[in-house]
Amino acid sequence: MGVEGIGASVVRKEDRRFITGKGRYVDDIKIVGLTHAHFIRSPHAHAKVKSIDTSAAKDMPGVVGILTGQQIVDDKVGNLICGWAITSKDGTGMKMGAWPAMAPETVRFVGQAVAVVIAETKNQAKDAAEAVVVNYEELPAAADIRAAIKQGAPQLHPEAPGNVIYDWTIGDEAATEAAFKAAANVVSLDITNNRLVPNAMEPRAAIGEYNEAEEHFTLYTTSQNPHVARLVLSAFYNIAPEHKLRVVAPDVGGGFGSKIFIYPEEMVALWASKKVGRPVKWTGDRTEAFLTDAHGRDHLTNAELALDANNKITGLRVKTYANLGAYMSLFSSSVPTYLYATLLSGQYNIPNIFAEVISVYTNTTPVDAYRGAGRPEASFVVERLLETAARQLKVDPAELRRKNFITQFPHQTPVIMAYDIGDFGASLDSAMKAIDYAGFPARKAKAKSEGKLRGIGLSCYIEACGIAPSKAVGSLGAGVGLWESAEVRVNPVGTIEILTGSHSHGQGHETTFCQLVAERLGVPISQVQIVHGDTDKVQFGMGTYGSRSAAVGLTAILKAMEKVEAKAKKIAAHALEASESDIVIENGEFKVTGTDKSIALPMVALAAYTAHNLPDGMEPGLKEGAFYDPTNFTFPAGAYICELEVDAATGKTSFVNFVAADDFGRLINPMIVEGQVHGGLAQGIGQALLEGAVYDSSGQLLTASFMDYAMPRADDLPSFKLNHTTTLCPGNPLGVKGCGEAGAIGASAAVINAITDAIGNNKLEMPATPDRVWHAIHG
Amino acid sequence: MYETIYHRPSSVDEAVALFGKGSDSKYLAGGHTLIPVMKQRLAAPSDVIDLGKIKELIGIEASGDTLTIKAATTYFDIMQSADVKKSIPAIAYLTSVLGDPAVRYRGTIGGSIANNDPAADFPAALVSLGATVKTNKRSIAADDFFKGLFTTALEDGEIITQVSFPVPAKAGYEKMRHPASRFALTGVFVTKTKAGDVRVAATGASQNGVMRVPVIETALKANWSAGALDSVKVSDSGMLADIHGSAAYRANLVKVMAQRAVTAAG
Ligand SMILES: Cc1cc2nc3c(=O)[nH]c(=O)nc-3n(C[C@H](O)[C@H](O)[C@H](O)COP(=O)(O)OP(=O)(O)OC[C@H]3O[C@@H](n4cnc5c(N)ncnc54)[C@H](O)[C@@H]3O)c2cc1C
Repeated sequence: MGVEGIGASVVRKEDRRFITGKGRYVDDIKIVGLTHAHFIRSPHAHAKVKSIDTSAAKDMPGVVGILTGQQIVDDKVGNLICGWAITSKDGTGMKMGAWPAMAPETVRFVGQAVAVVIAETKNQAKDAAEAVVVNYEELPAAADIRAAIKQGAPQLHPEAPGNVIYDWTIGDEAATEAAFKAAANVVSLDITNNRLVPNAMEPRAAIGEYNEAEEHFTLYTTSQNPHVARLVLSAFYNIAPEHKLRVVAPDVGGGFGSKIFIYPEEMVALWASKKVGRPVKWTGDRTEAFLTDAHGRDHLTNAELALDANNKITGLRVKTYANLGAYMSLFSSSVPTYLYATLLSGQYNIPNIFAEVISVYTNTTPVDAYRGAGRPEASFVVERLLETAARQLKVDPAELRRKNFITQFPHQTPVIMAYDIGDFGASLDSAMKAIDYAGFPARKAKAKSEGKLRGIGLSCYIEACGIAPSKAVGSLGAGVGLWESAEVRVNPVGTIEILTGSHSHGQGHETTFCQLVAERLGVPISQVQIVHGDTDKVQFGMGTYGSRSAAVGLTAILKAMEKVEAKAKKIAAHALEASESDIVIENGEFKVTGTDKSIALPMVALAAYTAHNLPDGMEPGLKEGAFYDPTNFTFPAGAYICELEVDAATGKTSFVNFVAADDFGRLINPMIVEGQVHGGLAQGIGQALLEGAVYDSSGQLLTASFMDYAMPRADDLPSFKLNHTTTLCPGNPLGVKGCGEAGAIGASAAVINAITDAIGNNKLEMPATPDRVWHAIHG
Repeated sequence: MYETIYHRPSSVDEAVALFGKGSDSKYLAGGHTLIPVMKQRLAAPSDVIDLGKIKELIGIEASGDTLTIKAATTYFDIMQSADVKKSIPAIAYLTSVLGDPAVRYRGTIGGSIANNDPAADFPAALVSLGATVKTNKRSIAADDFFKGLFTTALEDGEIITQVSFPVPAKAGYEKMRHPASRFALTGVFVTKTKAGDVRVAATGASQNGVMRVPVIETALKANWSAGALDSVKVSDSGMLADIHGSAAYRANLVKVMAQRAVTAAG
């Protein structure tokens, strides 16, 4: 490892521009002739759009155009798609209702756009929007799962009777039933997984630009995967063919999943730019972010665990209702199914698992992937059940887990996943040591003598990352492959450009990806540039989510690097009159091993481009590309332990300690990994204690601003103690697993297990606000 | 935000005159309440008259038995003031747990009480300490100033110029922070006056805004100690209830915060 190679905590290259305000986000982009869009959004959760009267608005100052849902339908712009087909247990396909980019007839959630005003300034667009008269006929709304599935509930979509999108199962029902019949003990738990608002720091934004002379469109957008956006916009939305559409996702200020999806506003900005003949910019404000960014989680679950007389788990049975909101967002169908139920085995040897997932429509914002996507929900179910089982059986929760850990790898679970490697005992040992688990009873007793309720909670999570082997996901209904592509360009003077289909929106790729080059070629990272986020520069890619960028994206770069190195070695051998097999690469030089003969990388690059003296038959240039499709998921896993105190008088929770022991395989940049874990833990703890999107029964979002939706602040969080135990991932040459979501997946169960331990009452829903904890203590 | 005309007068008289000229004028102090509602287009003043640079509205004076804070003084200046820390440290503490640093650098005591948010901190201090609000027209006792949610005794165009607090024998404030906004989910200010009277005010509790808490006042008058409240029951009738706290929870908080405020007061 060099000072900037793999394993070095190199300071992030991109931070200088971010910290000095020199980042370039969509809203920073100015184009000659730019106009500004403001959407007219439904104030009702469910209503018929009777009429839209634009007569007073259309001649107001600065107005360039007013476009409605009916016009977008008339122009045959496609409805929004869902990219993963799920089949119900009765063999029928999922029941998907139409989602036009602006509603021509019916609105189904507060904030859904019905029309857009385009004007010279944003303020003029807003002024005119107030003069547009939309006549609604209100309909009864179903604002949550229970309201949507009860008899006589308002129906959202004619395609989905009873508001059920699919009723899907996984696992062997009969074998699981038999395991429960034979069980010595059964543990049962009702679990609510609260609904969350992603709240990326940068709100979504889009600029559509149509060049009439070339019949060419450009979309600047806040996207985690601009290439997929281009594919979907051209293949399904009928706005522009692929070769006439450029999608640019410049600096993007956080996504957490919410910027994976192609949203109505991006479609409208593109379409409208042709309609009005001017570039159109839309920048969402925070209220629009709360109302229209895809939300996360929102499950109601009953889960049961069967154990034999030796406390070995023999079965797990889960029934989950998942709220997908008013429309099916791009990957919404896969989140509560293949990203959730396939992880229900946790870290445990569970011979029989059966899960049923019923996804429903409600009059709320669409729900889709949010940091962890399905895996936090699974981990929460499993880890709450394990903790509850330990309490019910009066055994130590760490021991119960250890007794049931998977120890032999590879391990095939009953729910599709085949874990390749791990050492769950090592992570648990590491976390228990870090928190002095053995000393806890004494600390609890001491706290009690001081009138404090102290608790400890464990969470041993596993996730499936490195998304994903294309053939496998294709067989499960995915509409795309999930490989990654890369191109390595060595310029004539030896500097290097890496083109990647991954997209960095906070992850630090501009540093970590360079570290691979530094590791292999021994050049400083300052000589390497990462190029991403522009479909005109990078040929194709699948983007960044699901902790996939190191395991899949970086491996694609490695594959391209290997090709570049092979060719460069041939050139060096030719120049040095040596055998190709004797060439080694060190500190930016190609050396003949065992001699003092060498040639520097810039000279090799120059030789490749001057082509004056290349081996016979060799093409000039030094540039190679690669596509990499993983053979399996990767399986980061770890153990989190939380120790906290509850103030019985107020229900307020204070952290004493929070330790994490993660196994992410090889770490590229430990400092960046630490930052990812901190961020993930903040979101996991946020879900456990603070965050929760709440609708009233009429479908109004009560938590539509930061004054009501509690985001975690620094002083809400403990000072984390992080450790790593390492098993190298056998599935990719770098041995990496991914670290982006772990904290958000593992943390919430640790916190709730600790609070319920402290208060001696297992009935507690997230977010465990002081109010709820106080009621759990006092009734 | 709608277009508006911004004025920066240098005296109270000039501000009042400007206010009268506009068709729908609004005074501006720290702007931490007014600007967000303007940005959301929920307020559309024709004229915004900034009080923040009027010298006669800024400053703190402590003279013998009275602490006087002028209306446009920021929370930060109040929190830092040696006079405040010396005469009524509970006010310095209250200000230090109000909002976050950005709010404290901009927000003012005058803006806070003119706004009379049912979860604001300062109204509890004014009512508990028996403060007097002075305006460009008159003096108003705190008990008469706050008139329920977001309503005060102020007339149209009337400017708060200062607030005078009698220096008490003892005073303390404790608040349970609202998890999202950091306003008071419930906060209680307790005062023992130099004459031996006890006044207790709670914010973030009642549906009618800041309120006195007679059951606690009676108990503390008999015995100024946290323990004296152990057996007191605060009724939850008329209490605020929302996703962050039920009425019963807030009633409990009134008692618990009062106990802790008494302990803090010493
Ligand atoms: C994120 C956030 C957190 C907050 N947390 C808290 C908290 O924990 N506790 C708390 O108490 N408050 C909190 N606040 C509110 C804050 O204290 C506001 O600043 C305050 O309510 C208004 O004061 P201002 O000086 O900003 O007034 P402005 O917003 O400028 O004005 C508010 C109103 O008062 C009127 N006004 C202002 N000055 C005068 C005057 N001298 N005479 C007559 N009328 C006047 C204005 O016309 C306007 O109607 C918070 C605000 C924010 C944004």
